[in-house]
Amino acid sequence: MGETLLMKGNETLAEAALRAGCEAYFGYPITPQSEVPEYLSEEMPKRGRIFLQAESEVASINMLYGAAGAGFKAMTTSSSPGISLMLEGISYIAAAELPCVIANVTRGGPGLGTIQPSQGDYFQAVKGGGHGDYHMIVLAPSTVQEIADLTYDAFDLCWKYRTPVMIMMDGALGQMMEKVTFKEYKEPVRDISWATRGKPANGDRRVITSLHIQPEEMERVNNKLQAKYTEIKKNEVRYETQNCDDADVVIVGFGLSARIGTKAMQMMREKGYKVGLMKPISLWPFPEKAIEDLSRRVKGFYVLELNAGQMIEDVRLANEGRAKVGKYNRYGGMIYSPDEVVEHLEPFCKELK
Amino acid sequence: MAKGLGAVVVDIPRCKGCSLCVAACPTKTLALSRNINQKGFNYAEMAEDTCTGCGICSTMCPDAVLTVYRAKKPKAE
Amino acid sequence: MGIEVSLEGKEIVYKRPKALTDAVTHYCPGCGHGTAHRLIAEIVDELGIQGTTVGVAPVGCSVFAYNYFDLDMQQAAHGRACAVATALKRLMPDKYVFTYQGDGDLAGIGGNETLHACNRGENITIVFINNAIYGMTGGQMAPTTLIGQKTTTSPYGRTTNEGNPIRMCELITTLPGVRYVERVAVNTAPRVRKAKAALLKAFKNQQENKGTSFIEIVSNCPSNWKMTPLASNKWIDDAMIPYFPLGVFKDQ
Repeated sequence: MGETLLMKGNETLAEAALRAGCEAYFGYPITPQSEVPEYLSEEMPKRGRIFLQAESEVASINMLYGAAGAGFKAMTTSSSPGISLMLEGISYIAAAELPCVIANVTRGGPGLGTIQPSQGDYFQAVKGGGHGDYHMIVLAPSTVQEIADLTYDAFDLCWKYRTPVMIMMDGALGQMMEKVTFKEYKEPVRDISWATRGKPANGDRRVITSLHIQPEEMERVNNKLQAKYTEIKKNEVRYETQNCDDADVVIVGFGLSARIGTKAMQMMREKGYKVGLMKPISLWPFPEKAIEDLSRRVKGFYVLELNAGQMIEDVRLANEGRAKVGKYNRYGGMIYSPDEVVEHLEPFCKELK
Repeated sequence: MAKGLGAVVVDIPRCKGCSLCVAACPTKTLALSRNINQKGFNYAEMAEDTCTGCGICSTMCPDAVLTVYRAKKPKAE
Repeated sequence: MGIEVSLEGKEIVYKRPKALTDAVTHYCPGCGHGTAHRLIAEIVDELGIQGTTVGVAPVGCSVFAYNYFDLDMQQAAHGRACAVATALKRLMPDKYVFTYQGDGDLAGIGGNETLHACNRGENITIVFINNAIYGMTGGQMAPTTLIGQKTTTSPYGRTTNEGNPIRMCELITTLPGVRYVERVAVNTAPRVRKAKAALLKAFKNQQENKGTSFIEIVSNCPSNWKMTPLASNKWIDDAMIPYFPLGVFKDQ
């Protein structure tokens, strides 16, 4: 069994990465994630691992490229504006099929924005962000415990599929303290025969590149990536539901919104409304089948997001017009209270009764 | 310098005919051929048997297409 | 037809290095990139480090360097080779790690990564090809383009309005993390030999873990300078070297 501690979300992310065998961390300070590099700068050297504060997020992500390309377990973390700087590198990493973990402890934007929590980076995370046809696996914890568990998963998934995995959590989760139990981490078998560690005496040299100048070849590379994404969509969809069996209306929210949505759901139940909750955990691959199935038996979805309405587009795509789709949003670092959600959700539910 | 002390073998298909070896050759052994290779370049070749095997040509060759030979030194008895 | 020469009684004194692949480079006839590649490959052969070397290719004319070196290689995003190499060397301190970068990559878009890798004293070899122009994209102005030099984006000749050509060796030398800085050229045979000696030293320095080794190779770009290979090599003497003086800037 693991040990139970009271920890901050950001420190949990760092500790889980250590336990998952992260061999190298490269990052640049930015609020609200700076506890991650602070924690690792203390702990990594003790274990003989590599911690390096880079000169920028641009350098961080390219150091991650180098480390991953040599077959080491590596991670970077940042917050929204810093992730924007990393997008070029993430596109290269996806194209070169390198395994690594990137955590985005999101804050309010656009621009320099605010340091308060937000979910405004949903599009950036799940729709690409960088150039070209690529995806990252995007995991969104909503509790400190989930941060620990999903960090383990992120390290496993990136190696399983040789693809970048993003942990996306809003700044509130990064800063909040909760009880967390670290399970024992089981190191999977990792193939690094492709990694650049010096040309083998009796083998071919290894090249890490995303350049395929012949379009026929580049199309083949894209086909390979798409096949991988299809496989990931088949195997790695994660979500949780509560009270959906008899629900007329299902709140859909991830991360912090799922926590607030849970409370709002309970309050609505007390008022006599049959409200359920659906929490996507993998934002990509999005649980579209689950939404589709629900859309055949519920009257409405109510999408809660700390942005102007981003995930709602994926809900609508899966819903295909069957159920009514409502939404409530706060953004720019502002957070809705459960009362506030109920105040707006109740008329929506009344209309559907 | 005795004739035929050295020799240069040109990997003709790879030669790009840049003539850096020709210009650098101190004994004017090398010249660009009047013939062209598959890529359409007038490749370098030995025009005179005056090569000393000094290797200046290969020092200048950007495409590493020159193999340089030199007469074996007689073994001391 | 050339003359027929007997190879009997002769031995090979120079042949293509093993650390080059069989690929014919895409470089134009007479391009110094080929010479620089060849020298690095010769050094890898001579040090016997083919199995313990990892190279980082840039974006620019030498983007395909990984096709030409028979080595494990990573192709980095434009300007980021020094960041990639930093990770490689820190995780594999027993390996020889080098970057191969042009002037746009190293001194332009990658200026920050270059400065900081050098400032940290990363124990790597940085090979910087300065040919005063963007080759791959068709001859645009580079950070090292000379004042008055015409390029496709400075058709009237570069003026100080676009900044002065940047002297990287001089800049890098000021950083305490840097151990060895030399500017060499590959336009004459004696200089090629000197360039090789500098590169050899820059690779060997990694055995002692004493900081960054930075070799700038003043090179030509016959096609984009719109010159014959021979004329371009002369232009290195006439125009490049007066502004980019050759020599050792630092050797500790």
